[in-house]
Amino acid sequence: MSIIFNHVYHSYDADTQLKTDALSDISFKIEDGEFVGLIGHTGSGKSTLVQHMNGLMKPTEGEVYFDGKDISDKDYPIKELRSNVGLVFQYPEHQLFEATVFEDVCFGPLNQGLEKKEAELRAFTALRQVGLEETTYYQSPFDLSGGQKRRAAIAGVLAMRPKVLVLDEPTAGLDPKGRDEILSLVKKLHDEEKITIVLVSHSMDDVANYVDRILVMNKSRLVYDGTPKEVFKHAEELEQMGLAIPQVTYAMHALKKAGFDVPTDVTTIDEAVDRIIKCIS
Amino acid sequence: MIRDITLGQYYQADSVIHRLDPRTKITGTFFFIVTLFLAKNVWGYVIAAAFLVMSIKLCKVPFKYMVRGMKAIVILMLMTVVFNLFMTKGEVIFSFWKLSISKEGLENAVKMAIRLTFLILGSSIMTLTTTPNSLTDGLEKLLGPLKKVKVPVHEIAMMMSIALRFIPILIEETDKIMKAQMARGADFDSGNLVKRAKALVPLLVPLIISAFRRAGDLAMAMEARCYRGDSGRTRMKPLKYEKRDYIAYIVIILTLVLCIVFGRNAWWMA
Ligand SMILES: Nc1ncnc2c1ncn2[C@@H]1O[C@H](COP(=O)(O)OP(=O)(O)OP(=O)(O)O)[C@@H](O)[C@H]1O
Ligand SMILES: [Mg+2]
Repeated sequence: MSIIFNHVYHSYDADTQLKTDALSDISFKIEDGEFVGLIGHTGSGKSTLVQHMNGLMKPTEGEVYFDGKDISDKDYPIKELRSNVGLVFQYPEHQLFEATVFEDVCFGPLNQGLEKKEAELRAFTALRQVGLEETTYYQSPFDLSGGQKRRAAIAGVLAMRPKVLVLDEPTAGLDPKGRDEILSLVKKLHDEEKITIVLVSHSMDDVANYVDRILVMNKSRLVYDGTPKEVFKHAEELEQMGLAIPQVTYAMHALKKAGFDVPTDVTTIDEAVDRIIKCIS
Repeated sequence: MIRDITLGQYYQADSVIHRLDPRTKITGTFFFIVTLFLAKNVWGYVIAAAFLVMSIKLCKVPFKYMVRGMKAIVILMLMTVVFNLFMTKGEVIFSFWKLSISKEGLENAVKMAIRLTFLILGSSIMTLTTTPNSLTDGLEKLLGPLKKVKVPVHEIAMMMSIALRFIPILIEETDKIMKAQMARGADFDSGNLVKRAKALVPLLVPLIISAFRRAGDLAMAMEARCYRGDSGRTRMKPLKYEKRDYIAYIVIILTLVLCIVFGRNAWWMA
């Protein structure tokens, strides 16, 4: 399993005055089992990019390959692609519709053509995976809190057993606790279920702690692609794009300036603690 | 996909027509429609066409864009044409099976097709060049006298402008919800009628809920800014006629008069 973008372009309203280039010359490859963060300022094209991963959008130019096959081919089984690449949208309100959370989570598996029994079994497993309390299973999805809705929406996609899970800003509008919970849930899915994860966000702090690789978008282009350490070396450029490097990295820079002998390419709090202790002892 | 519906949506450009007072455009469109229905012979249509071509040229909206918005009405037009073609009685010029086409039917069909196309193009110039807000402002001002007989003109205009404002938002929302459900394997365009109707539930429920939420939020935001209807309300930008508006009125009335003079008596095409 791999996802390859080969010189992908996408423009909205191509033949009018309102033409916007949302993607320009995007190329990268995501391998099986990776945990990738996709970062960019608002309007940089992140949502457009991820919708190419499951064929909801097609490139205006260039190709997207899943498992070596071009998804723009006429006879490409697009339904199969949508089962393999699960996409959770920015707002859970856009997908919740059934009378109960449980029925809503069954929607995906039933669309895959599974028996009712099997679909329900998957729904249960998915709901348990995302850690929703059992009392909420039979509540209306509209009565849930923001964080719970998000979990229900993730469960709705997980129940389809995708090989790749793409989450578009899963932490938007959540408080810090809700944010950490969702992110550790995603981390758990990656580590335990071996699902490939693409996490979209515009907060560096969000992703730095979790991902192995960061893709940075700026004005429809892919500008950086590397490990958090590599990417955060470009602190100044990132700031010009309206992105901040993680707070701990700032802290380390400040310590260094104050005369402490600490490395400045630290991106997570745990690592920072280690280094600081090492430095002062 | 669904975002391609452009009928009635404002198109940003800098043109004379864009800068006209909305009242001029509303009245102009109304007169244009009257002109169309007064046209009885070829000259009437030629005059109307000349007026239309001039407006299209002046308004700087790409013609392609205008036509794309008309696609939604093609069915309605085809139906009108077909009915006129086959249902008008008269001198038969062509027939097969139980259907026959008469000379009058053919004429009527052609006239109807031209009229409808002109009518839609004409009114879409108005909506394409006027923001919903100034459109309803103009309407409110034009209908102002009705306030004397207790017609809630301001409230009606406000409701219209809100409704118009929400159309693009709801279209965008529909697009997003459709995608979110398609990502879960929903299929909106295959299967028989019952299956398709059922497939709409996952689309309509979130859409309606979000529309209600938005309506509630908007009402709250308006109240928070002390909106209380028409009483004592003044405008930041009062509508004012300029020189260009008077010129536009002259051109419009000229078209109407020309059409009445040359287009009414049927001396070339009955
Ligand atoms: N449906 C659409 N029609 C026209 N233009 C669009 C549409 N969706 C997005 N755009 C434009 O494409 C560009 C990229 O948008 P996109 O939604 O991919 O950004 P994003 O990185 O996801 O932003 P955000 O962080 O706000 O979600 C923006 O300039 C946006 O205005
Ligand atoms: Mg987005």
